[in-house]
Amino acid sequence: MKAILTVLGHDQVGIVAKVSTRLAELNVNIIDISQTLMHGNFTMMMMVTWDDATKFEVIKEKLTDLSKETGLDIKIQREEIFDAIQKL
Amino acid sequence: METNSILETIQMISEEKLDIRTITMGISLFDCIDSDGKKARQKIYDKLTTKAKDLVKVANQIESEYGIPIVNKRISVTPISMIAAASGDSDYVEYAKTMDKAAADLGVDLIGGFTSLVQKGYQKGDDILIKSIPQALTETSRVCGSVNVGSTRSGINLDAVKQMGQVVKNLAKVDPVNCMSLVIFANAVEDNPFMAGAFHGVGEADCVINVGISGPGVVKRALEKVKGQPIDVVAETIKKTAFKVTRMGQFVGNLASEALKVPFGIVDLSLAPTPNEGDSVAEILEEIGLESVGAPGTTAALAMLNDAVKKGGVMACEHVGGLSGAFIPVSEDIGMIRAVNAGNLNIEKLEAMTAVCSVGLDMIAIPGDTTAETISGMIADEASIGVINNKTTAVRIIPATGKKVGDEVEFGGLFGRAPVMAVNTNSPKDFIHRGGHIPSPIHSFKN
Repeated sequence: MKAILTVLGHDQVGIVAKVSTRLAELNVNIIDISQTLMHGNFTMMMMVTWDDATKFEVIKEKLTDLSKETGLDIKIQREEIFDAIQKL
Repeated sequence: METNSILETIQMISEEKLDIRTITMGISLFDCIDSDGKKARQKIYDKLTTKAKDLVKVANQIESEYGIPIVNKRISVTPISMIAAASGDSDYVEYAKTMDKAAADLGVDLIGGFTSLVQKGYQKGDDILIKSIPQALTETSRVCGSVNVGSTRSGINLDAVKQMGQVVKNLAKVDPVNCMSLVIFANAVEDNPFMAGAFHGVGEADCVINVGISGPGVVKRALEKVKGQPIDVVAETIKKTAFKVTRMGQFVGNLASEALKVPFGIVDLSLAPTPNEGDSVAEILEEIGLESVGAPGTTAALAMLNDAVKKGGVMACEHVGGLSGAFIPVSEDIGMIRAVNAGNLNIEKLEAMTAVCSVGLDMIAIPGDTTAETISGMIADEASIGVINNKTTAVRIIPATGKKVGDEVEFGGLFGRAPVMAVNTNSPKDFIHRGGHIPSPIHSFKN
């Protein structure tokens, strides 16, 4: 399953490390990554994949935990939604 | 990875409050008809709880995995007046209770179809159903009812208009809030996913999924970027935005249809506001350049908005249906509430606006001492706009028992709060009491 992970929040040390460590623990592969600062806010997007389609809820839960620990806004959404809206 | 598109989509959902307003499963009840009312109701309960067994689960899963909020899960059924007519029952309140129980057990928010179609005349079931409306809608919490009193093909049933004025009054007597579950239509559509007017038409398949979208906030934000530019640019911007919003509806409808193994019916291309800040149709009109909604120019701006939403949306989905247009409910739109409270918007202007958009005098509170005849007069006016202009119109007004102009009726949640608005107090009594039928209009010599 392919999904887009977005991380928004105040810039701080180790954001990429924390997120990618958590993904590695969950056996989720990162296939693309992009980051920028928008109006002083850290914005990171990752395209990620994993094999077991039933694992979505577990991954989402773990990322929600991380979101609470770090105060960052972390979202994960299946990739198709973005194509559906933006492409013909 | 197209980061700009991703960010734009995320912003549409989180900041501009783009959501799927409803996934509505339409279910035919014709195979539940029985001469024994009790058996019929058991069959209805069984069919609803079988067909819609996974509706809420599937909707929640889509919401979670794709990150798009699905605000309501709903069911619409074949008009109960047709289903219950074969039984010997002398009132249909028990049918409403059966619908209510099925909806509660399934976890769906609303169930529509306590409905009667009497544009040309009454049948046995219509007569009983309409008489049952006040009690049925008072004793249930999720059931919605509607009555179609006119159509372009058959004119307006003035007897029904007269009766519905009284039904609305009776319903309000117990609790004005109940009136939000009752819509009086002209040219009612058979595949509408929006409440309170949803029912499953007789020409529909056995079971279908219809989707209603919402996205006034997205349109407003897009228009903020074209300040001061010609109105063509505004129309074009609305079209492009409506396209994106509607694609979301089409996408979610496809997912739900596949997961539930039920055919996908239509996407309703509507701009449905909520009482939340930044989710308002009135604010779009103000962004176009009106000091307040209600100012001269409001009808023109709304007509353009409504048309552009349809043009953008039509290409974005396979089948369009339902009400498809910008909704202008007062209580559910923070900008409308503001305009009414400031004295900038009155019922007469709202009536004019309904001639160019979806759907009618919607969620408007009126003084508690408004007579049944006056309410019937308002219904007749609104039905005429629909019948002559070949469009759907509706009346969902709330006589605020014991309250006067300036007071407020609180509905809560999505339904918001309605300031009580002044109504012209000259009586239409003799007109309404004539009864009979307003003939269908001629369709040439258009002027």
